[in-house]
Amino acid sequence: MKDLVKKLTSIYGPAGNEELVSQAIREEIEPYVDEVKVDVMGNLIAIKKGNGNGKRIMLAAHMDQIGLMVTHIDDKGFIRFTNLGGISVPNSINRRVMFKDGLAGVIGYETEVDSWKEITLSKMYIDIGASSKEETEELVKIGDVAIYHPHFSESNGKYISGAMDDRAGCALLVQTIKNISSTPNDLYFVFTVQEELGLRGARTSAYALEPDLGIAVDVTATGDTPKCRPMAVSLGKGPAIKIKDASVLAHPLVKELMISTAQKHGIPYQLEILEYGGTDSGAIHLSRGGVPSGVLSIPCRYVHSDSETIDASDMENGVKLLTKILEENINI
Amino acid sequence: MSDLLKRLTEARGVSGNEDQVRQLILEEVTPLVDEVRVDNMGSIIAFKKGVKSDKKVMLCAHMDEVGFIITRIDDNGMLKFAPVGSIDPRILPSKRVKIGDKAIPGVLGIKAIHLQEPSERETAAKAKQMYIDIGAKNREEAERLVKPGDYAVFDSECVYFGDSKVKSKALDDRVGCAVLIESLKGSYPFDLYACFTVQEEVGLRGAKVAAYSIQPDIALVVEGTTCSDVPGVEPHRYSTRMGEGPAISIADLTSYSNKKLVSLLIECAEKADIPFQIKESVSGGNDAGEIQRARGGTMTAVVSVPCRYIHSPSSVADLNDINNTLRLVQEFLKGCEAL
Amino acid sequence: MDAKKFLGQLIEVPGVSGYEDQVSKLIMDTFEPYCDEVYRDDFFNVYGKKLGNKSGKGPKIMLAAHLDEIGLMVKDIDDRGFITFTNIGGVDQRILLSQEVYIHGKERLFGVIGAKPPHLQERNEARKAVPMKEMVIDVGLPAERVKELVTIGDLITFKSPLVELTGSNVCGKSIDDRAGVVMMYETMKELDKLVFSGEIYFVATAQEEVGTRGAIISTYKINPDIGIAIDVTHGDTPDASRDDTHAMDKGPAIGVGPNMHPKLTKKLMDVAKEYGIDYQVEVAPGLTGTDARSMQISREGVPTVLIELPLRYMHTTVETLNLDNVKKAARLVAQFIASMEEGWEECLTY
Repeated sequence: MKDLVKKLTSIYGPAGNEELVSQAIREEIEPYVDEVKVDVMGNLIAIKKGNGNGKRIMLAAHMDQIGLMVTHIDDKGFIRFTNLGGISVPNSINRRVMFKDGLAGVIGYETEVDSWKEITLSKMYIDIGASSKEETEELVKIGDVAIYHPHFSESNGKYISGAMDDRAGCALLVQTIKNISSTPNDLYFVFTVQEELGLRGARTSAYALEPDLGIAVDVTATGDTPKCRPMAVSLGKGPAIKIKDASVLAHPLVKELMISTAQKHGIPYQLEILEYGGTDSGAIHLSRGGVPSGVLSIPCRYVHSDSETIDASDMENGVKLLTKILEENINI
Repeated sequence: MSDLLKRLTEARGVSGNEDQVRQLILEEVTPLVDEVRVDNMGSIIAFKKGVKSDKKVMLCAHMDEVGFIITRIDDNGMLKFAPVGSIDPRILPSKRVKIGDKAIPGVLGIKAIHLQEPSERETAAKAKQMYIDIGAKNREEAERLVKPGDYAVFDSECVYFGDSKVKSKALDDRVGCAVLIESLKGSYPFDLYACFTVQEEVGLRGAKVAAYSIQPDIALVVEGTTCSDVPGVEPHRYSTRMGEGPAISIADLTSYSNKKLVSLLIECAEKADIPFQIKESVSGGNDAGEIQRARGGTMTAVVSVPCRYIHSPSSVADLNDINNTLRLVQEFLKGCEAL
Repeated sequence: MDAKKFLGQLIEVPGVSGYEDQVSKLIMDTFEPYCDEVYRDDFFNVYGKKLGNKSGKGPKIMLAAHLDEIGLMVKDIDDRGFITFTNIGGVDQRILLSQEVYIHGKERLFGVIGAKPPHLQERNEARKAVPMKEMVIDVGLPAERVKELVTIGDLITFKSPLVELTGSNVCGKSIDDRAGVVMMYETMKELDKLVFSGEIYFVATAQEEVGTRGAIISTYKINPDIGIAIDVTHGDTPDASRDDTHAMDKGPAIGVGPNMHPKLTKKLMDVAKEYGIDYQVEVAPGLTGTDARSMQISREGVPTVLIELPLRYMHTTVETLNLDNVKKAARLVAQFIASMEEGWEECLTY
């Protein structure tokens, strides 16, 4: 699992530019599923057929990560950028970034400001070491996207990297695909695009697939660091079963299904109330005439930074729980 | 084109009340197409049957504009109003408007400078404090001409001026409407749907249902977009530059353009020697957002005419940009069949 | 059952957004005698289907009033058994102190919302509203017992039964939009006195307070020719502007603005005039905060009208409503439905 997480979090894949992640996941899962396809939006859809008596279940983990899009190159070759998804000022100052071809840069800011509070993204820039507009233009063009420079670390059973959101979810789905021995259900594993821009890939894929049930796998925040926003989720206490966030109220029956499966198999779990943010289930549950949906969350500290931190055991237990849910007949 | 644009921009069409501009566009497009209908929300869908393939290409421009809606009539005959769509309230004082189907003239007055405290002059006026004066002496007289729920538009004549420049209200997005109408004069191998949508300014609402209904394979949105290349703005915040050709969007707040379509647009522009620019911001949104996400998803792209002072009675565009946008759209349509 | 009694029952049944099981059952049972068919979907939207008593191809009309209510949810339980909570839907934190609540855990527990008392506050604190995250619910039980009975995610509702004020005014919680549900019920009764054609769906929608989610789903399912959204709007109070409020005694408000179909709205007003039902006009320049916003853009678009009942103190436990407006609105909508005679498609055009 560690190798898989490391591999997937090291790949370049900001929102709207998920191709490399898609290829890597495809290679991982192709032998284990009945069909793999890519739709118009770029969603990667892997299908594992059941015995014809089960439910149509859509699983979703998003491939995209937040990024910095080039909007302007100035006369001295500095790059102005805007955010694709939740890039924040404090998490960006003097961080390293990487473009698709591996080109590195540093995020700087206009230091004439009197206070850090005055810094906005429009007062920040990316420095790729070029000394003229022409030099930069040879390497980068308007519309290119950079990501926080990926670097994976392991520390005390924690995995740390810039793209846990949501490559950890992708890894969890990949491992689940590999683990499932047999299932009565038709499983549609959707590795979605553009979640960070508003759950876009999930919306179109859910429409096309018309599932009976939806489960998104994504990271969630925790409340276990010094003086943080209170939240009853910690690293290492098991995957979190979502009750609500700003995008979805988990369907009571799906939530119960997840809880009862965890209890039946003695898998640790936590209950999650996220008071902001959203995930793919927000789009899935409102598709067509409605799809009862829930979310399996991976507790993650420092979300939307280059050091998103998860616990190895939460991943293992997440795979166990999801595998058990999918292998069984579901009565909803 | 300039005559058409004048008629289009001077027509009234606040989001939710597009009657006059809809009528005008219906008259323009009916002779050019095989079929035209007005959908459940009031958008026009003009259909031109393809000569060869059954591929569906959707061109989209919104016909609505920002404006006002009358909320209440005061005892003294003044009209209280609310903006429809996003309007910077600082532009409102001392502007003329037309209200309702009968285009009753009114003015957005403001207390004379002599009567203001010095501090008042420094403070931006709020829409909630303002009122429209139609000259009525009391409520009864005002009620004979206007009722709450009537829409009001900026009263602004379309003027050609300077070096190939045009000033008017509603250039966003009547420039797109003009480009679509001109494009319908050609004939195409595929099925072409030209959509003149309603309610873009209040949340891309017309495009959502139009795209659901059409289910296009490819969609190109033609817009009027922000152009901030004016003094006091740093170059990295210009977004687009006037006179440098149509702006192609890589992404904005509502959609990420399909990469194949963006490549095709750039290729078409380069081949036909049409000047173009890549839009240098992702701010704002447009109908592409809803079209891209309709049903199972659609390939979408956006080209825009740069418009300065957008969402005001005096927005400005360059005729060369408009003509070059039309040329680019036509080249793009030629290239679509091969995709 | 009369309107007041039904409303009284409705507001005492919990139905916080996403958890509308109980209230949807009560509505199904109450609608049953007046409908041809009553059912609900996976999301607790209730559908009461009523067929026209006249032949001819009438329209498929969907009425929508939401059955969900705002409320609170258990966020955590501390070592001493105090419960912290978050909100579902738009709750004004200033109304929360000293409220009586029910926690719907393994069993229903009574509790009160408390916070640090005033004499322990710093001087400046008293000027600020107490933030929700600093409040706790006290259920008066030892921590072990609380943890046995209460789980993170349990729903919390306010205790505030219906009170009759003077005139036809009543007061209580969740009248937004249970009064709309009652109004649909009254419309069914009115329709039984009239001749009409078509298929009428009375839909009590779920999850409106968290983003009109039930209406998105139910409108897609029904795919109606005409939508009628029924919700509440602000009643006049001394502390709010006349621009934002409506009189309590001048009939329901009819919505005007981009979310509403202009010709259909005019027809609704014409019907009101014809039958001498007074109404007010609610101007909505952008998105309305009602199901109308989502009904209009379902599938290929649904011509939609909006009717609103003036309500004072919205989203509090003392929401105040004039029941006369419920009756007037029901008469209006019933006559509107009956007015859809042959050629009704004409009023859906532009």
